[in-house]
Amino acid sequence: MTDPTAQGTPDQDDPEVRRGQEDRLREVWKTPKGWRYWSAVNNTEIGVWYTAASFGFMLFAGVLALLMRVQLAVPENDFLTATFYNQLFTLHGTAMMFLFAVPIFEAVAIILLPQMLGARDLPFPRLSAFGFWCFLIGGVFVSGSIFFGAAPASGWFMYPPLTTEEKFTPGLGPDIWLLGLSFIEVASIAAAVELIVGTLKCRPPGMRLNLMPLYGWYVLVVAAMILFAFPPLIAGDILFEMERMFDWPFFDPARGGDPILWQHLFWIFGHPEVYIVFLPAIALVAMIVPTFAQRPILGYSWIVLAAVGTGFLSFGLWVHHMYTTGLPSASLGFFSAASEAVAIPTGVQIFVFLATLLTGQVIFSVPMLFVAGALATFVIGGLTGVMVALVPFDWQAHDTYFVVAHLHYVLIGGMLFPLSAGIYYYWPIVSGRKLSDRLGRWAFWIMFTGFNLAFLPMHYSGLAGMARRVWTYPATLGVGTANLISSIGAFVFAAGFLVIVWDVLRPRGREPYADRNPWNAGTPEWLTEMPGENWGVRSVPIVTTRYPLWQQANFIEDVDKGRFYLPDAEEGERETLVTSVLDARPEQCLRVPGPSFMPMIAAALTGAVFIFTTFKFWIPALVAMVLATVSIMVWLWRGTAVIPEKPEKNVGLGLSLPLYVSGPKSTGWWAMFITMTGDAMAFVGLAFGYMFYFTIHADFPPPGMAGPGVLWPSLSLGLFGAAWAASLGARNLNRAGRVGIARGLMAAGSLLSLGAGAALLWGPWTFGLNPADHVYPATVWVLAIWTAVHAAVGSLMLGYCLARSVFGRITPRHDADISNVALYWHFMFATALVTVTLLAFFPMLV
Amino acid sequence: MLGLGKTEDTLWTLIAAPTIWAFHFLFSYTLVAWQCAPNGDPFRDIGGTRAMIGVATLTCLGLIGLILRRAWREWREGGGGFRNDQDTAEAREGFLEFSTLLLAALSFVAVLFETLPIVMIGDCR
Repeated sequence: MTDPTAQGTPDQDDPEVRRGQEDRLREVWKTPKGWRYWSAVNNTEIGVWYTAASFGFMLFAGVLALLMRVQLAVPENDFLTATFYNQLFTLHGTAMMFLFAVPIFEAVAIILLPQMLGARDLPFPRLSAFGFWCFLIGGVFVSGSIFFGAAPASGWFMYPPLTTEEKFTPGLGPDIWLLGLSFIEVASIAAAVELIVGTLKCRPPGMRLNLMPLYGWYVLVVAAMILFAFPPLIAGDILFEMERMFDWPFFDPARGGDPILWQHLFWIFGHPEVYIVFLPAIALVAMIVPTFAQRPILGYSWIVLAAVGTGFLSFGLWVHHMYTTGLPSASLGFFSAASEAVAIPTGVQIFVFLATLLTGQVIFSVPMLFVAGALATFVIGGLTGVMVALVPFDWQAHDTYFVVAHLHYVLIGGMLFPLSAGIYYYWPIVSGRKLSDRLGRWAFWIMFTGFNLAFLPMHYSGLAGMARRVWTYPATLGVGTANLISSIGAFVFAAGFLVIVWDVLRPRGREPYADRNPWNAGTPEWLTEMPGENWGVRSVPIVTTRYPLWQQANFIEDVDKGRFYLPDAEEGERETLVTSVLDARPEQCLRVPGPSFMPMIAAALTGAVFIFTTFKFWIPALVAMVLATVSIMVWLWRGTAVIPEKPEKNVGLGLSLPLYVSGPKSTGWWAMFITMTGDAMAFVGLAFGYMFYFTIHADFPPPGMAGPGVLWPSLSLGLFGAAWAASLGARNLNRAGRVGIARGLMAAGSLLSLGAGAALLWGPWTFGLNPADHVYPATVWVLAIWTAVHAAVGSLMLGYCLARSVFGRITPRHDADISNVALYWHFMFATALVTVTLLAFFPMLV
Repeated sequence: MLGLGKTEDTLWTLIAAPTIWAFHFLFSYTLVAWQCAPNGDPFRDIGGTRAMIGVATLTCLGLIGLILRRAWREWREGGGGFRNDQDTAEAREGFLEFSTLLLAALSFVAVLFETLPIVMIGDCR
């Protein structure tokens, strides 16, 4: 691959040469002007919009909390009605978790990760943009409902039957919650795909796994957790919405359903989510501590242990939110044990930070102040966490203010304080200037005091018997003073946060820019100039140490003078490097797409589907669905798997890399693999539902009840098998140059897939299964519909490949699309196999 | 590149031990849920279930033990040092081996934790 004579090597020491390169890079990476600004997809724009929107929702949810605290300041208060209070606490929890805590991780990672990896951008900038627009539309939709008195009002975990029955919760509140948040979950999964591929495939040459900044490890773990945690909630949302809209009795015990299933699906998501929130914030601490201890982290492997270990164990905790539901003690014991075990890796990373600080020479800056406050607060929350992880204690404290105190200590100590540290630390990367040291100290001490004033007394209120989510309390309960102190503390805390907001927003036109690498940090994100250039890094560096700014001589100068890879943009294309997973050996020069309105349009149309469905406007919803599909196809057709003008490119230092890669070495193949893993997890959630009903019923399927039969599902499975074989055959024959037969197989596979989906639906239809009768026919239908919808998507994909082949966009050498579609079909066939086994064969076995 | 008899560590070998923990966890939980649901007879003895979980525990501890032993040996053969920030394939390998060792130890303890409930609880209450 290496051919130094391929093109004349430019003289990087010639200022004239460099000026030309910089002009071209600037032109290629420039942000669109005017109204076209909103078509930007570069990580610097999307990341900043994403962060700003998340903070906007956070301030909104904070105001809701202050209203609640006014209501609770004195006993028997009537400042708010009970109904409005219910909307406030529901939306406060929902917005803080779904519109702030999780999205802020994605937002910050989109800004920082490419900088840390010395990459020009993440591999799928338009996917990031799509995620952002989905998030914004869904967030405004959910939050806006409160201004119409229509907000969800049943708590952020939406337990049925309170939420499924019209007589308890009239109106659209639960629908807004379910559909609005399902839509946002799409954004989170998009971000997970982007970030996993980013950390694994877009590291700079030389950055082996053992040299990756710790932030990268955390991002990898958290993105993988999103992939396993969010899909079960999507499955739950589907069941829930089918019950709300069409009376399918998934959670109705009178017809064989069970409300506990929702609690399982919600908390299989909900508990890992706590760690999905906590780990990225602690990742910021892992970057800040070495800088201010002025030494490398002590115990890099131990942090990796903590991140990966927590990622796994956090999936074994979900039932500790359900200790009072009457599950067998042995089951509770398993979850209690895991809840205690997770304290081990969590504790390890705190000791690593302390050890690094103790062995370094600590500079007590504002970020360090927030880090210290975060660790102290989090440890208190962690200790009460160990208490409520014990079943007998939890039975006493369940649904009291003790739990409210615990979760706020964990979330504010584990997430908001580290994030505030991150704001002060990373602000120069965003705006080129430092925030005020004086205001930062004020902000910290006001917040820290206010926080403890607000939440410490809640431990007492809870143990004294004050239930959470109550609109008011009697004076005789004896918690009046504690609540008054909490309310005062809440306002003090809010005032402290407003100091940060002021510090960020205040005009500072005449203030000079910060020095480069203003904190004297060692990690590559500090290569950025003050103010930063849109290209990210001047040249993609070779990284051979963990702290290249400390440990590699002349690192900044070599990067700036373009002495590393991709110092130029000769062809006027946005480019970055793709490297191998273990050792980051260069594999491809990846061209990433530039500004486009397509992600925004696709997000708006997808959002319209969810919003119209909420209001049961079926025809507009259907139209929007067709248009959304078309917009995504247009986006893909124009912007992905573009055949380059030449097979290889000289990326500098005598290295020539391919411009087009397909199969397991390509980023697109990984994205498909990761997306389908998430999709498979949602399917596992639905299949879990089937097995759950199987365990709680003495006989399932219920005796005498009609099923889908064996014939039609078996025929369907046969057709799925044929379509799967056709997709693999199309890929292999196309690669072998037999384009004609390959096209025939694509067409055949597309039709077979439609037939397979239809045959699967025909079974329950022809036997007259009515999903509103009982949970068994409802479960059969939901599995069949899920699989049939995937068959329709699979058919569309093969049709798309056929068109691409006919129009010369797939050739035997350029076959990324068909090779990704063949990968989809592996998952598709596995889904069909499980569905048919459950529907047709499993009932014969038991 | 690597010494004779050594296997190359990857992200998959890194997460093998906690995956075994996850399997053990799901197995124990599902088995008890299946045996005790639909909660009709809370005083039913679950002796057979406990024995099966016991067997699963021993099997999983054995497998994690093998991972632990392999990681320990290869890490020791590679020098066993705690420094693994060099720009070499050996350092990357050493880092993965040591991290695998730590994760396997954590998984071992976590599987033991998961077995404690059935040591103490004998029925479906």
